[in-house]
Amino acid sequence: MHPTAAIEVTGLRKSFGTKAVLDGLDLSVPEGTVFALLGPNGAGKTTTVDILSTLTPADGGEVRIAGHDLHREPEAVRAAIALTGQFSAVDNLLTGRENLRLMSDLNHLGRQQGRRRAAALLERFDLAEAADEVPATYSGGMRRRLDLAMGLMADPRVVFLDEPTTGLDPRSCRAMWDVVRGLVADGVTILLTTQYLEEADQLADRIGVLDAGRLVAEGTAGELKRMVPGSSVRLEFAGPEPLARAATALGVPPAEEGALALEVPGDGSVATLKSLLARLDDAGVDVAGLTVDTPDLDDVFLALTGRPTPAEVTARARWHSP
Amino acid sequence: MNDSATMLRRNLKRAIRYPGLTLIVAALPIVFLLLFVYVFGGTLGAGLGLPSGGRAEYLAYVVPGILVLAITGGAQGTAIGIAMDMTEGIIARFRTMSIARASVLTGHVLGAVIQTMVGLALVVAVALLIGFRPDANAVEWLAVIGVLTMTSFALSWLSVAMGLWTKTVEAASNLPMPLMLLPFLGSGFVPVASMPAGLRWFAENQPFTPIIETVRGLLTGTAIGSSATVATAWCAGIALAGYLWARRTYERRPAR
Repeated sequence: MHPTAAIEVTGLRKSFGTKAVLDGLDLSVPEGTVFALLGPNGAGKTTTVDILSTLTPADGGEVRIAGHDLHREPEAVRAAIALTGQFSAVDNLLTGRENLRLMSDLNHLGRQQGRRRAAALLERFDLAEAADEVPATYSGGMRRRLDLAMGLMADPRVVFLDEPTTGLDPRSCRAMWDVVRGLVADGVTILLTTQYLEEADQLADRIGVLDAGRLVAEGTAGELKRMVPGSSVRLEFAGPEPLARAATALGVPPAEEGALALEVPGDGSVATLKSLLARLDDAGVDVAGLTVDTPDLDDVFLALTGRPTPAEVTARARWHSP
Repeated sequence: MNDSATMLRRNLKRAIRYPGLTLIVAALPIVFLLLFVYVFGGTLGAGLGLPSGGRAEYLAYVVPGILVLAITGGAQGTAIGIAMDMTEGIIARFRTMSIARASVLTGHVLGAVIQTMVGLALVVAVALLIGFRPDANAVEWLAVIGVLTMTSFALSWLSVAMGLWTKTVEAASNLPMPLMLLPFLGSGFVPVASMPAGLRWFAENQPFTPIIETVRGLLTGTAIGSSATVATAWCAGIALAGYLWARRTYERRPAR
């Protein structure tokens, strides 16, 4: 038992009918850290969040959140948590500000305090301009931020984010990540679920890979990536002559027979690319094209379970040189 | 209590901002009032068996029935309202918050009672406009408001339960329909004495008849007898059953 764990889960089980969705899940999240639950659709991510946020009763297992037993003291747990789900939980007929004031009333904040906190959150989440409009006029990212802001009115110690960026465009996605980093800086504990390794990588201190209701791996982003066949950089050349010279300079064989390309193992970071290109420059070789292959959830999943993800989940980051 | 008041404010704000449903609920009984008084009123008034039967007498007779019909219309609106609310993600949020569990439901019920009473005031205004002249004094008017509020409160709990129990908004709009028939199968539109034996037995023993008779007695001075007591018992029973059914259904309903 971790004395400072904000979330402590032991042997959590849940079935719907005869289908076991959670099959003995264990996890421990220290206070003030971010834990990402990574997995494909149907792995049990949302069910986990639903149970931990008191929405769905578990069939078995022990859960303690912010020091309170989930089963025996659900009210104390509710007072300590906030949930932002992939389905927006805002009142569509009330304006953004009214939604926040509703939360302030339900949390029994004073009039002044509620007004101040609502204004501060609207400002912080870049919603001040749209504060007096109804969410129907909001973009997906704005709705998601309002949703999170509503949860934060209660000043929660533990925040559950269920796929916070699914369906958002890259810009809104990044804005959401910034918001999450801000929360971490305030000392909030966060349990995040995601289908994207990159998101877990960006935000989480530790990542758990969920498959068929169990954690199949747990560690930092670096530790998980080391479990999968590493990333590589693929270099393409204009002809056989530069290819041969590059192969000699880098000491790797051509990628495949007849192709004018080399596969160089490496993590694809800017530093690696720089040194790689510098070495080719020194050898006087012109590179025609460059592709970085980084492991994504599919690769991690394949490496850990020996089979591909059930759903086609790709967040493959590709970068082509001009 | 605080949380219920907050939820009530939420529901009233929503009702004021999007008054469509409230207006439809108020409009239907007014249409029925005009229809029954001006189309059927002459003939039905003659059949009341009063010394001077006619349109004016039928107007006086039918107003309590129309008021109760309006309450059942309000109940249908309430069932639709809560069923729609349950499709909103915010209900899941309420369930993860440290607030009184029943406050979401209480907010709907109290909001529905207020909306219905506003609708009833409109119906009474139209009735007065077309010549309804009740002889009720101030105390009797207060009693009328009390009986109608009690009825609306009971039917609101029942309709909240119905709205929660049904899976879709469409079903929630259909389920309370039979309630709207009950004023017709009671003393709302014609005296029960004119009905065939079996129907008459049903009409005399269903909850709306004593409610209608009490309102009628208070407004126009007909005999109330035990109707007030029976009406109160029915309302208390319906409210309690509706409350228990609603709570139980709300607790068991899947969160999403």
